[in-house]
Amino acid sequence: MTETHDAIPCSEAVRQLWDYLDHAIAPEDQEKVDKHLSFCRKCCGELEFAKELREFLASKGAGEIPSDVKDRLERFVGDL
Amino acid sequence: MGEVTLEQRTKDAFRRLAISELPALYALARSLVGNDAEDLVQETLLLGYRGFAGLKEVSAGGRWLKRIMLNVFRDELRKRTRTVEELPMNDIEGFSLYRTLVDEDPLPYSDTLHADFLEAFGKDDVREVLMRLPEIYRGVLVLRYIDGFATKEIARVFGVPLGTVLARLHRGRKLFEREMWTYAEETELLVKG
Repeated sequence: MTETHDAIPCSEAVRQLWDYLDHAIAPEDQEKVDKHLSFCRKCCGELEFAKELREFLASKGAGEIPSDVKDRLERFVGDL
Repeated sequence: MGEVTLEQRTKDAFRRLAISELPALYALARSLVGNDAEDLVQETLLLGYRGFAGLKEVSAGGRWLKRIMLNVFRDELRKRTRTVEELPMNDIEGFSLYRTLVDEDPLPYSDTLHADFLEAFGKDDVREVLMRLPEIYRGVLVLRYIDGFATKEIARVFGVPLGTVLARLHRGRKLFEREMWTYAEETELLVKG
């Protein structure tokens, strides 16, 4: 039988948190992180912050287009 | 009344698409290349215009234009850097912005330290931080977390294995976190409040 419930240290759990949120790690690793989070409050804090940081990037990463740039690009499109 | 030719209709359809997508294209370009964003958008539009007749679904036009932009970005990157140098992880692997904030406690009167730290950053600050990252890391970070591209799609666009994208995302996130902290310290962002 394959062991899928090995304990992992905080450093390993933290290293995988974003991939864990992205579901980009293997199911057995997902389980290991889940197990670690079930008893480690510090890593739960790291997880919450990783979630906040993702939302932060999605909302503040996208900038707006200045009106003078928009005008110039619209003229460029019109001249095509 | 003169007849509208197929060519004219195609041209008009492209112009409508391009103008509706300008804000999204510019935002992506700004995150990828900073002050050269306008040039990147122009080149994208030019290539898009030339290839528009081959686009099967105009409703997917926004994504299509973004892919064109990414191809231009990738080609420019390849021209400038013949060999992509991955940064060693050793010096950043141990960095945690979450822990740094707890240890340094830059906002001693805050009950919501981590949220308040993020709140201090405006859109321009975030762009400044992103621009400090090497392009290969900034590119994947922007595509994944700002534009919502799937990691497999990013791998396809850049012509690299999925594992490379995941590794660059990991380094990119670490670098981004560290640069956020450095930027906040250098600009006294939290003091300015």
